[in-house]
Parts: sequence; structure tokens; C-alpha cells
Amino acid sequence: MKTKLINYLEMTGFSWLCPVVRLCSGESPREQVNEIINVIGLPLIAIAAFLFIWAGTASQVKTSLGDLPGPSQVWEQAQGLWQEHQAEREKEEEFYQRQEERNAKKLEANPDAEIKMREYTGRATFVDQIWTSLVTVFTGFLVGALIAIPMGVACGLSQKLYTAISPLVQVFKPVSPLAWLPIVTMVVSAVYISDDPMFEKSFVTSAITVTLCSLWPTLINTAVAVASIDKDWINVGRVIRLHWITQVFKIAIPAALPMIFTGLRISLGIGWMVLIAAEMLAQNPGLGKFVWDEFQNGSSDSLGRIMVAVLTIGLIGFLLDWMMLTLQKVLSHDKNAGR
Amino acid sequence: MTKTQVGKSTDNQEIDVMNVVSMTKPVLVDDDVAIPDEHHPRHFLDLSGVSIEFQTNKGPFKALDNVNLKINKGEFVSIIGHSGCGKSTVLNIVAGLYKATEGGVIVNGKEVNEPGPDRAVVFQNHSLLPWLTVYQNVELAVKAIFKKKKTKPEMKEWIEHNLKLVHMDHAMHKYPAEISGGMKQRVGIARALSMEPTVLLMDEPFGALDALTRAHLQDSVMEIQSELNNTVIMITHDVDEAVLLSDKIVMMTNGPSATVGEILNVDLDRPRDRLALANNPAYNEYRSKVLTFLYERQRRPRG
Ligand SMILES: Nc1ncnc2c1ncn2[C@@H]1O[C@H](COP(=O)(O)OP(=O)(O)OP(=O)(O)O)[C@@H](O)[C@H]1O
Ligand SMILES: [Mg+2]
Repeated sequence: MKTKLINYLEMTGFSWLCPVVRLCSGESPREQVNEIINVIGLPLIAIAAFLFIWAGTASQVKTSLGDLPGPSQVWEQAQGLWQEHQAEREKEEEFYQRQEERNAKKLEANPDAEIKMREYTGRATFVDQIWTSLVTVFTGFLVGALIAIPMGVACGLSQKLYTAISPLVQVFKPVSPLAWLPIVTMVVSAVYISDDPMFEKSFVTSAITVTLCSLWPTLINTAVAVASIDKDWINVGRVIRLHWITQVFKIAIPAALPMIFTGLRISLGIGWMVLIAAEMLAQNPGLGKFVWDEFQNGSSDSLGRIMVAVLTIGLIGFLLDWMMLTLQKVLSHDKNAGR
Repeated sequence: MTKTQVGKSTDNQEIDVMNVVSMTKPVLVDDDVAIPDEHHPRHFLDLSGVSIEFQTNKGPFKALDNVNLKINKGEFVSIIGHSGCGKSTVLNIVAGLYKATEGGVIVNGKEVNEPGPDRAVVFQNHSLLPWLTVYQNVELAVKAIFKKKKTKPEMKEWIEHNLKLVHMDHAMHKYPAEISGGMKQRVGIARALSMEPTVLLMDEPFGALDALTRAHLQDSVMEIQSELNNTVIMITHDVDEAVLLSDKIVMMTNGPSATVGEILNVDLDRPRDRLALANNPAYNEYRSKVLTFLYERQRRPRG
């Protein structure tokens, strides 16, 4: 039971909780307390020191929008943003309720009446922006992975293909996706025309930008991993005369999975960073737009709100990475990955 | 060319010890000259005039030159030689993983030109797929080979049967990382056996194991061999292992352009018992023959 819990914690990246579990089960308390001081205490001290220095120095910095906010002001802003979000949700609910009541009355008077449901078009709150950014980053990232992994496998299997596209990859890889942004925007506007678009244009633009930058790490890692698979494993497949498709799915991909995941993690990390910048630059909905809007807004609360956004972006980036790492540990045979 | 009758009785082992055919020309252990007839070869496995050249950055490298080897059905043959002489290359050519530049291999009347489950290979470092359990590793092979010939329950039974044969049925659902080196090697053997090979090819199957585990596995292999009576080619570095297990020991000269130096017929009663054999003069005679070949006639290249 205890070992199971500890294994589980290690798997999910909560290995810092292990000494607590061990302590609770009464295992060598002295050692465990030392361990707790090390793995939990030290980070807490560092965080406390950071907050202290921040609180001490922030008020010294005078900007045109007032003092740089300290931790407590930022915390207030965070609460404010949350309340705004809830207020907005309430308004939305009331709006739909009123609409339903109106429709019900109409139906009572005339059962054949045509009923219209109008969508609520309120202001996007901070939480809405987070959600938009998350959906965008995942869409772009998944599309990128769906292109990069098969391409990478193909390149890994065929030295000729790899040699052929290698120069293109080398040239496109270092290009900041933000440089692509104007082109992507223009192309999307020109090509993506429909009367009832499934996605917003801005969403498509942002997602494609994420795709463009998340392509390369996955592609390169997959190709290298597949090309360097243990020759014996491939020979096993040859001896039992596996069909090449089976060979790819049963041997090549599982063997390359740890490295593919490393590529995916890097891709998602880059994708998240780039997305925020792209949203700021293109005024596409999302956290980046929130930051930009607050900056343009220039109220006395703005700096605090931007800081909330900055911390949120960091926290989400961390969570995304943690998620990928856990997924990698669960799915791939290399249980020591990323430690 | 010296030819000696292979004695079937063991009463006169001391004489049979002289059963060493030294040669400079193609080896013929049997007492008749093989008539080349591709459709009815006299031997179950027949390597004739096999040479191979690898293309390296420093130009072509001739690893094997004119290797001739004839093996009968049910024979256990060891190939021994110094490191790098080309033992694995011979095995890979029989397996069909490498293609000979000259000459060819005929197994059971058919020319070898691609790998296949009839020539199952036990690789030097087990080469189990780490993301599959022991059972799934064998299953991958069984599923690929008996797709249309066995039903699902039959396959399950066959996989379990083969794992029992190597005494690994207790750890069927463990991953390779969770079992010892010796156990992994057992699973590798079970996987190869599950292919129902006509020839079982083993590349230093016990090379990476400690002496005790090695002895244990050798006994297992002898036991399985007496049960299934497979034709086996095994590569080894270990003289005792070669004498203990084999009917025939093929000694290779040093490379480059390595070839078969001598072939020694080992005529010891089966089942063989390592303790009893330790004091058997015939056994020791065989050992010293191999040692002499390896350390006097074919001294290690460059120390
Ligand atoms: N694919 C290859 N390309 C080039 N040279 C090769 C290749 N495979 C083997 N060789 C060369 O052929 C020779 C024989 O190699 P091989 O692996 O058969 O030796 P071995 O007897 O099995 O050695 P060991 O006992 O160390 O396993 C070596 O000199 C090796 O460098
Ligand atoms: Mg070898």
C-alpha cells in the first residue's frame, strides 16, 4: 500500500511528497524529517525570500501607472479578476434565463411562433482568455504532432528522405514563428473563407503559428530516435517477417517513444511561449491579448493584472510540462525518462 | 585430406578423440564427396564457398573467405574462434540477415535469401523489446508466424508451453527490466523456440552471464535439445561450453578473410553431466584440442 502510493507519487512527479508518506507510516522519522526539510523546506524558503524581496523593492519603482505592485496587490488583483469572471457568468445566466422566459411566453400565446436564441456576447474575462489560449495551444500542438511524428518516422526509416528534407528543416527550424505570423494571417484571410466558419480566423492563425514552431523538435527527435533503434530489435522483426506497417507500429514507434515524448515536451513548451507572443502581436483572443489590452488600458490596476497574467502563464507552462512528463512516464517503457 | 570414421559407440572414445579434421581445403566430415545438386542436397544445412565483403570507408573488407560447413539434421554445432574473426557474420548469413558476396546457404533444400522464422535467432544481448512483457514478447513472434495456422487459445497455449520449457512461466507478465539477465536470455530462447525453427541460431547466448547462471542455462538447453532434437548452431567463446553442448565444434581462423580452420566431432554420450565429464579423459582430450587450436595455432590477433 505504502510502496504503491510512493510509486504513484513518483510517477506523477510528486516525489517530494514521498518523505511525508514515509513519515506518516513511521519509517525512520529522523531521516524523513531531514528529507522533508530538504525537498519541501528549501523551496519554500526560496519562495518566501523571493516574495520578501519583491515586496520590499516593488514600491520603490515608480512608473507612469503608479508603483510597481507587490505580492499583496497582485493577490488582490487576482481575486478581483476572479470576481469579475463570476459576475460575468451570472450576467450570462440571467441573459439566457430572460430569453427563455420570453420565448416561453411567446409560445404560450402562439404555439407556432418562431423561436430565436441569441448568443450572449459579453466581454471575455481573464478565465475565458486562459481557456482560449489553452484550446489554441493544444490544437496547434496536436496538429503539429500529427504532422511531425509520421514525417519523423518516415525520415528515420529512410535515410534518403532524411537527407532530402534535412536542409529545409535546418533553415525553417530557427525561424521565429512570429516572423511567419503576418504571412499566416494573410494566407488564412485569403484561403479560409466560409459563410459559417467552424473556427474563428484569429483562432486558426494562432493555432497555425503554434503548429509551425512545435513541428521541428518533434520531427527531429522522432527521426533521430527511429534511425537509431537498436539493430537487434529490427532484426527481430525481420526474422519473424513482420509486415513493414506492423514493424513501424510494434517496434519502431514504441522504441522511439521516449525520445518522441522529449520532442513533444519541448514543442509544447515552445508552443506556449510563442502563442502568448503571437496573441499580443496579432491581437488574437487569449492571454496575450489580455496582457496587451491591460497595457493599452493603462489604469492603476493594469500592472497588477499583467503580473497575475504573467504568473498564470508560468504556472500553466509548468503544468503543461508536468502533464507531458507524466504522460511520458505512463506511456513509454523508459520509466526513468526526464528525471 | 584426412578423413576419419565418426564412431557411434563410446567405448572407444579415446580413439575417436583423434577425430580432428585439419585442412586447408573445404571441409568434408562425411566420408563421401558431396555432389552439388541444389535440389537434393545431402546435408540439412549446407554452406558452400561463402565469402563476404563489407564496404567500409577504408574500402572493401573481406571478413569471410570460402567458408564451407555441412550440418546434419538434429546436430548441435558450436562455432568457436577469437573475437572479431567473423562468427556472428557466419550466423547472420545463415539467418539471412546478411547476404554472402560469394557462395550460398541451403537449408532443408531451400536457398537462403532472406530472414525467416525457420531460422530463429537468439541474439547475443537477448534483444527483448522492453515495452512488452515476457508473454507479449513471445506473443509478437507467435502472432506473426501462426496468424492463420493457430486459433487464439491455441496461440496462448503455445506461448505458455514455450515459456514453461525454459522455466519462465512464473514471470510471464513481468517486463524485461524486472527480470535478471539469465531470465531474459531464457525468454529469448523461448521466443526463438516458439517459431518452430528448423535451425536454431544462437549468437553467444550466455556470453553476458555469470558462471553459475551460465551452467544452469546450459543444462536447460541440453534438456530442451534432448526433447525437441533441433538442429542448432551456437556461437561461443567458452571452450567448456562448446565441448559440453556440441556434437560438432567448428573452429574458425582469425580474420580478416576468416574461414573454417578445423572441425572436431564430439562423441560423448548424452545426457551429459558436467560433473561426471570433468574427470572423463575423452572430454578433457576434446577440450585440449580446442584450446590448442585457439591458443597455439590461432593466437589472438594483436594480443
Ligand atoms: N556490417 C559490417 N560492416 C563492416 N564490417 C563488419 C560488419 N559486420 C562485421 N564486420 C567486421 O567483420 C569482422 C567479423 O565480425 P563479427 O561480428 O562476425 O565477429 P565475431 O567473431 O562475431 O566477434 P565477437 O566474438 O567479438 O562477437 C569484424 O572485423 C568486423 O569489424
Ligand atoms: Mg559476435
